[in-house]
Amino acid sequence: MRVGIPQGLFYVYYYPLWKTFFTDLGVEVLSTPPSNRKIIDQGIAHAVDETCFPVKVYFGHIAELCQEEMDYLFVPRFVSVERKHYICPKFMGVPDMVRASFTKLPPLLSPLVDLSRTDKHWRKEIMKVGRHFTWRGKKIEQAYQHGMEELERFRQLTRQGYSPPEALLVWEGKKLPLPGKGDLNIGVLGHGYALYDEAISMGLIKRLREMECNVYMVEMIEKSYIESRAATLPKRVFWTLGRKIAGSALYLHQQTDIDGLIYLACFGCGPDSLIGDLVKRNMQDKPYMMLTVDEHSGEAGINTRLEAFCDMLRRRRINSESNLPTYGQLLYSLQGSVEGP
Amino acid sequence: MGNSYIAFKALLKGLDLEVILPPPITQRTLALGSKYAPECACLPLKTNVGNFIEALELGADTIVMAGGWGPCRFGYYAQIQRGILEDLGYSFNMVVFEPPDTGFDDLIEQARFLGGGIRFKEALSLFKFAWNKLIACEKLEKAIEFYLPRSEEKEQALAVYRQGLQAIDMAESREEVHFCADQSIQRLKNLSCRNDIQPLKIGLLGEIFTILEPGTNYYICETLGLLGVEVKRSIYLTDWINDHLLAGLVKKSRRKKIIKRARPYINYWVGGHGRETVGYAVEYARRGYDGLIQIGPLTCMPEIVAQTVLPRVSEDKGIPVMTLWFDEQSSAAGIQTRLEAFIDMLQRQKSSYSREVEA
Repeated sequence: MRVGIPQGLFYVYYYPLWKTFFTDLGVEVLSTPPSNRKIIDQGIAHAVDETCFPVKVYFGHIAELCQEEMDYLFVPRFVSVERKHYICPKFMGVPDMVRASFTKLPPLLSPLVDLSRTDKHWRKEIMKVGRHFTWRGKKIEQAYQHGMEELERFRQLTRQGYSPPEALLVWEGKKLPLPGKGDLNIGVLGHGYALYDEAISMGLIKRLREMECNVYMVEMIEKSYIESRAATLPKRVFWTLGRKIAGSALYLHQQTDIDGLIYLACFGCGPDSLIGDLVKRNMQDKPYMMLTVDEHSGEAGINTRLEAFCDMLRRRRINSESNLPTYGQLLYSLQGSVEGP
Repeated sequence: MGNSYIAFKALLKGLDLEVILPPPITQRTLALGSKYAPECACLPLKTNVGNFIEALELGADTIVMAGGWGPCRFGYYAQIQRGILEDLGYSFNMVVFEPPDTGFDDLIEQARFLGGGIRFKEALSLFKFAWNKLIACEKLEKAIEFYLPRSEEKEQALAVYRQGLQAIDMAESREEVHFCADQSIQRLKNLSCRNDIQPLKIGLLGEIFTILEPGTNYYICETLGLLGVEVKRSIYLTDWINDHLLAGLVKKSRRKKIIKRARPYINYWVGGHGRETVGYAVEYARRGYDGLIQIGPLTCMPEIVAQTVLPRVSEDKGIPVMTLWFDEQSSAAGIQTRLEAFIDMLQRQKSSYSREVEA
């Protein structure tokens, strides 16, 4: 038995769980290589223009996988991973979108992950997936338990400073050194499936590290800090990832040793468009840059902006430029915001 | 949102509040909105920001806004808008009606803030009055959707329709409201209507705000009516209020049936009206409509899910579908051209089909 798992969307958050679960049930797991140009082009061909880039890339991975022989394709329907919080409408419709966009598909395994009201049904969904491969309920339960343990081990690695894709490699047994120390501390925010996919974010994290920056990611911050900061917002952010991003931004904003923040947004992403603005308005005295990506491939543009941002941060330290306002104020006026009514 | 302002105005006026209506959506509204709102936000947020600025300029001091708990972006609109307007230096109160998250306390408190010392019984009769205005408006809207394509004096028909809305707005009692609506409908009927022709029938699907607010959809219903097409919308506000705010108490709801129709194309809730859009597409195809048009604000997440699925529906049921996205940059001429082209195509398909049948 073979199950295909496309390397996109929540792969970066849950792969250890999925892989362990299926392997324990005696299933061979088939995955795609990290996103590349060919995969992206296939995705663009299959998805409608208006979807966000990560979903298009996901479609590309499915197209790539479909060239192989397999018994099932694993496309979970992520609605909510915790109470009263959602992921995003597109995630809720991903299996339907996949079914409508591809003509030749292996049968889909799409468990429903909806913990928004109750986690009662979740056990049943796991069983339903496991029953395709074994009839022993206990074995399925053990496989899931083992998967969760592995997931925890993976998350431990991200807390140490590995970026999630690096942590995945380490988790699989590769030896990787922890990233070296640089002189700038930069917080990097964004949805993980975009930020940590090198093809989508154009290697944002790698580039920053090459520019001698220490990169701080959401996964590295203590959960309780994020939650307590997120709770100060005027309204609970009802997207799980959005809440984490906003909470981390507020936390990093308070840390004096963080020099600046970069927010990687996807063009057309619903949560990003609002959370980006929310973060911007709360970021009054810390340099903050928003990068929006879509399927354009101008790496030079990204590089230039990153270099300029880092240069500016370094200069702020050494001379009087550190007095320049970071947001919402004219250089030559000392009071008020730029545009009054 | 569209003509619903008539009902809301009646409601708030009854509460002894002075109502400042934002001017109708114009180029300036959109320009203001897209200048201050986040770039990638969807159109309703931008339009609202523009509306609010224009209303604040006219001296409003309180903004009433609805909320929600996701996953659609609408739930977070009010907070973002407050941030934008406060940074611009306006001072105002914002009353946000949120569906209860933990308890009903907030909701009651906010209603008190708006309502002052009003009694429950009075409030109930106010609601009833506003509801009647809403129903009357919709009756008239449905009438114009039916008579406009059949009428030979289209400009005249539109004038009657607008006068009718005004009269409903002015009406002081429930009887008067319905009298105004019925009278206008009668006048529409009398305007040399050709009942012998069978106009093209198009189902208009999509996101609620874009469907209800003609200012954001370039008056698509009227445009289609002038082109001689009968339009049926998937969303009428009374249905929505009945389904979502009143738990289906006022009238029989078709929502369950429509959601069932969306299977197997969409099998789960996708936020917003994505699933309803697909459900109505199937429903309209079954009823023998000639074509479907899906509209929504650019980057609307639920509608994108629906858009991805609609070609499959179109293929299975044999009904042409077109999707139009609106943002602050679309121009009326472009929309007009695309609509005309779509309708020409439908017309041709229909006439060739009928010729085949005759032969």
